[in-house]
Amino acid sequence: MRALLIRDIRLAVRAGGGFGLGLSFFLIVVVLVPFGVGPQNALLARIAPGILWLGALLACLLSLDRIFALDWEDGSLDLLATSPLPMEGIVSIKALAHWLTTGLPLVLAAPLFGVLLNLPEAGYKWLILSLLLGTPALSVIGAFGAALTVGLKRGGLLLSLLVLPLYVPTLIFGAEVARRGAEGLQVATPLLMLAGITCGAMALLPFASAAVLRVNLR
Amino acid sequence: MSSIWEYANPKKFIETTDRILPALAVLTGVALLLGLIWGFFLTPDDFRQGSTVKIVFLHVPSALMAINAWLMMLVASLIWIVRRHHVSALAARAAAPVGLVMTMIALLTGAIWGQPMWGTWWAWDPRLTSFLILFLFYLGYIALWAAIENDDTAADLTAILCLVGSVFALLSRYAVNFWNQGLHQGASLSVKSGERMDMTYKLPLYVCMAGFVLLFVVLVLIRTGTEIRARRMRVLLARERMGA
Repeated sequence: MRALLIRDIRLAVRAGGGFGLGLSFFLIVVVLVPFGVGPQNALLARIAPGILWLGALLACLLSLDRIFALDWEDGSLDLLATSPLPMEGIVSIKALAHWLTTGLPLVLAAPLFGVLLNLPEAGYKWLILSLLLGTPALSVIGAFGAALTVGLKRGGLLLSLLVLPLYVPTLIFGAEVARRGAEGLQVATPLLMLAGITCGAMALLPFASAAVLRVNLR
Repeated sequence: MSSIWEYANPKKFIETTDRILPALAVLTGVALLLGLIWGFFLTPDDFRQGSTVKIVFLHVPSALMAINAWLMMLVASLIWIVRRHHVSALAARAAAPVGLVMTMIALLTGAIWGQPMWGTWWAWDPRLTSFLILFLFYLGYIALWAAIENDDTAADLTAILCLVGSVFALLSRYAVNFWNQGLHQGASLSVKSGERMDMTYKLPLYVCMAGFVLLFVVLVLIRTGTEIRARRMRVLLARERMGA
């Protein structure tokens, strides 16, 4: 399993720019927002937590199809499926690799982009914490969507259509934590809900993703 | 001796539905006509809402069916996963567009009702928002069915999507509640709460709801029969080509 994890991370970092793509996309979203809504600092400060969460979510979505598509095309997914590793383990490891190469860099870059959007000082801590707690759920849910659409040509658009509604609860609670943190309010309830969603998704969704992959590999 | 699983046999299913469909369709028509005419023309205007209140006879039944259609798809998907009856998978597939349209009717009539009452077509109210999310779930489900060529693969994948989607739809429902307090009133028809709505409105509303339930059943039965026949036709065509 460790070998698979290292292999996936290496592939993501080395092969064809998939690694930096999410981050660059995140940066572009953050840069474009002030052009869209105007440069008033007060307004930007108010919408910054939501925009940062949304940007991170979309950047995450962008790289989802890479989780399984390349391995599907060259047949290594079939090899993995016949290996002694349980399918659930493969799915979890792939989601983890996706998070390490996409989610974690987004979390680390978010405070920097927060400066661009004039995020209030109190918000940084909660923004990082909420992204740290929430992005694993995005990867796990995304792996489910990627598994659903892996056999399809032009599955990318369908993948977004399937995954985005599933992201709703995570986005609501995550952005709520960041917003409340920025405004200096109590964050405990949404934070716990966010953590609950992430834990629940990590515990249960790999089974669904594995079942879906088995169907697709049939 | 006889059990409900007999109808998992496509032949038996088609024979039975063909027999009961005409009567069911007539009953649907009667219930809808009776309920809607009674509701629209034979009830008094509300003293505060005026005649706009009468859109309730479309709004509530369609909203009811929008949710129940998804529930029915969930049950059918479970039956497909556990017992592998093809009719069940096809019934889930047949119900999805009907549910989508019901959701759309609920959203549109809600907007038309909301304009004079709340002064806005749309508000990010929990109920409205969760219906919009439900709408997206329907779209994704239908798109996935349409995208996959192999019938059995499509049935399996959409069934799992339906299960996972149900959990997330429920989660979203409560998340949205947490996110925004709403304009929408609470439940108008509740067993416990007693007299929220007067009998003059309640009775035609019940008839309309029965009409919508029947309409849903009839449409799903017809569409399931069509799916079965379409599949049979594809098999026959394929067989013919093999023979030639």
